[in-house]
Amino acid sequence: MFVRLSISSLKESRWYEYLTRFVLGGAATVFAGMLSSALGASVGGLFLAMPAIFCATATLIERHEIRRKREAGMTGVRRGREAAALEAVGATLGSFGMIAFALAFALSVRESSWLAFLGAAVSWTSVAMGAWWLYRQSTWHRSRSRMNGH
Amino acid sequence: MAEYALRFVLGGAIVSAFAVLGDVLRPKTFAGLFAAAPSVALATLSIAIANNGADYAAAQARSMALGAIALGIYSVLVCHLLMQARLRALPATLAALVAWIVCAGGLHLLILGWR
Repeated sequence: MFVRLSISSLKESRWYEYLTRFVLGGAATVFAGMLSSALGASVGGLFLAMPAIFCATATLIERHEIRRKREAGMTGVRRGREAAALEAVGATLGSFGMIAFALAFALSVRESSWLAFLGAAVSWTSVAMGAWWLYRQSTWHRSRSRMNGH
Repeated sequence: MAEYALRFVLGGAIVSAFAVLGDVLRPKTFAGLFAAAPSVALATLSIAIANNGADYAAAQARSMALGAIALGIYSVLVCHLLMQARLRALPATLAALVAWIVCAGGLHLLILGWR
């Protein structure tokens, strides 16, 4: 139920996997800037929420899970798929936070840019974490009801 | 050219920072929140304010909210493609990208018009 840190997970990633995410992140930011210049701020703004990095993240998570299971003598394909799906569930909950970030920023940036970033960051954190907490509560209650035979 | 180099470095650094956070946090659903962190937006909006002003950044952020709705739909679809259609992660995430483009573009057209 509790959030925890697993520093040992960092050892699972290879140097080129970090490099891939850096390059993809940089490329997505350049792409969003180029689209804004070519098509205007409004159309370009859509691409600030484009899941370009998610493809790499989900693939890496699946690959790490498969590698771990193979070391234990299993194929790990199913577990890899499940791990990537859990990441997608988290991204769904995080998207509520991203909506809150964008709206808070759009509404306050004309007043003060620093306050807009601060307000947007607080909105993202509280809405994303709140959505995750509600999700955890609902799955916890569902599993308890199943155990009690309801 | 220098502006695009700055975008690349800033975007890459912020995306990597959120990705590392997602790597070390557990459970996986919590770590997934950082897959939908506004990392590209933080870099782009900072540069937009400095170069184009607050009105430009506000217009970008308004559209970003629509892109984020499409991101929610995208993530649900990815989850279904992985668990129901039993696709691997790369084909599932790439196929769902088409749905993101259609949803984001459709919402923009419906709510904000062509431009």
